[in-house]
Amino acid sequence: MLSRSARLSANNVARFSTRNAQQLRYASSSNSLLIIEHQNGKIDAGSLSALTAASQIGGEVTGLIYGAPGEIEQVIESAKKLKGLTKLLSASSPSYKAPIAETITPLLQKVVKSNSYSHVISSQSTSSKSILPRLAATLDLPALTDVTSVKHESDGSTTFTRPIYAGNAIATVKAPSSVTTKIFTVRGTAFDKAPSDESSSVEVSTIDAVEVTDSPTEHIKTELTKSDRPDLGVASKVVSGGRALKNAETFKATLDPLADVLGAAVGASRAAVDAGYADNSLQVGQTGKVVAPELYIALGISGAIQHLAGMKDSKMIVAINKDPEAPIFQVADVGLVADLFEVVPQLVEKLKK
Amino acid sequence: MRPTSVNYLKVLVPVKRCVDYAVKIRVNAAQTGVDTNVKHSMNPFDEIAVEEAVRLRERMPKSVESITVASIGPPKSGEIIRTALAMGADDGIHVEIDENAPQPEPLGVAKTLAELIKKKKNGDVDLVIMGKQAIDGDNGMTGQMLAGLLGWGQATFASKVEVLEGEKEVKVTREVDGGLEEIKVKLPAIITTDLRLNEPRYASLPNIMKAKKKKIERVTPESLGVDLKPILETIKVTEPPKRVGGGKVESVDELVEKLKAAGVV
Repeated sequence: MLSRSARLSANNVARFSTRNAQQLRYASSSNSLLIIEHQNGKIDAGSLSALTAASQIGGEVTGLIYGAPGEIEQVIESAKKLKGLTKLLSASSPSYKAPIAETITPLLQKVVKSNSYSHVISSQSTSSKSILPRLAATLDLPALTDVTSVKHESDGSTTFTRPIYAGNAIATVKAPSSVTTKIFTVRGTAFDKAPSDESSSVEVSTIDAVEVTDSPTEHIKTELTKSDRPDLGVASKVVSGGRALKNAETFKATLDPLADVLGAAVGASRAAVDAGYADNSLQVGQTGKVVAPELYIALGISGAIQHLAGMKDSKMIVAINKDPEAPIFQVADVGLVADLFEVVPQLVEKLKK
Repeated sequence: MRPTSVNYLKVLVPVKRCVDYAVKIRVNAAQTGVDTNVKHSMNPFDEIAVEEAVRLRERMPKSVESITVASIGPPKSGEIIRTALAMGADDGIHVEIDENAPQPEPLGVAKTLAELIKKKKNGDVDLVIMGKQAIDGDNGMTGQMLAGLLGWGQATFASKVEVLEGEKEVKVTREVDGGLEEIKVKLPAIITTDLRLNEPRYASLPNIMKAKKKKIERVTPESLGVDLKPILETIKVTEPPKRVGGGKVESVDELVEKLKAAGVV
């Protein structure tokens, strides 16, 4: 069943050729549900990238925001101005403060079933990764994660690309039209963040929360690493440290001044996190965060395949390492074979000038 | 759902045979996939899962009744099950598929595991511990899908697991985007493992010998009523754009020059 706006656009194309009309009819019959995630009243950058992916599918894009009263209002106000949204749904409940998969999935099931969405899209956040596959299975549908491109075809199929084998290969995968709702998460670095348009204001509908009284899971607490630095996932500059940084104090003492002078985020290799030099939220790699900043400086990082998977799309890669054979030099645009403890302070001084 | 007695936990650990993490991946000439004529081993996250199950038993010897390992794959997946048995699991189930069959998708794997759980001899499974993702497909969905199919609680990206004595619950610390989250999940539940949950042991020679006597049951997907034919079609597999690196500088001054020239500082 076509929505009102889809019917209007179908009417408008009556003047075009049959082929154009057919394509437009298919495009306008797609209706994507976009999950808009947020923290402290601010929309997640990953959701803005997911919105761009949703817009590329064509057709309508309905945003869905769930959250606790007191937090959700600010998010709705910002979301109303997002370019690419045709509609906005919001569900408010104290139980939506911490997004537990068992609590959120029933809400999403209700929304998806009530409106036959052609696509359900979200970011690669840990929360989306926990929720969307669970949702897909309850609807007896497959799903895809870490999508790097999406193309919806006139035959109702959607073709995706996504990295496999730690990004050493790219798979082009088609979800046929028989998959009635295509559920997927998108890699943030693969899609530009959708902008806001101060002059636009999308219609918001409130929907009832689905209260889950018998959830087996209870949220106890979330401890977020506090930082004044830009968020690692979206920073334009990243300074990253590896195992060579000796201990947590040295890691901080060496990287912080450089990150300060550059206005950069701080990242870490798996080895550094495993050894306790840095928090897990700073891990860059195949199973950590995937970043693609303008500048990525790797300090004392050897460059294992799994680390490269998380940063090889950076615009400029600089590597400083004592070992001239370190694999990182093969991907670095600028490499300096030197003792980072000597070189980094010098670099900080010269950049300050 | 049978109420779980925490004194007799039946643990199921699904494991997958993947191309070894250190292998240099090469896309095949036909662009249908990668060269798989290379070293394979147990998915590293699944090794962590097996290790966690074994440690659970070491921490609470009277509380873990059984640790069963299950794998869905070609005949050689049996080797991976044997490795898990050598690490300390009790018995295995091999859902055998044809050598040349396409790799099952997460939904298919989840459905197969759900059937195994429903049909398990000697009663229900209380806890499934599995890797958060397999390092070949990097999908990271199977655990959550299994939890959805069974309607069980889930604790993904676990970096710490504590079985709460007598309370039939697990307390799990999860690695999330901004830091750590702690949740409590009633059993039966699915836990997916993250990197820092533990460091898996190497099986000792005596344990490898012992493992040869442990039982591995072989079943087919058909006998479980599951169709593993992929729903999504892989059109092609290609190489990513090549990154050309290797640029070197000899001094900090030169480095600063390059940074300025690139306009990043």
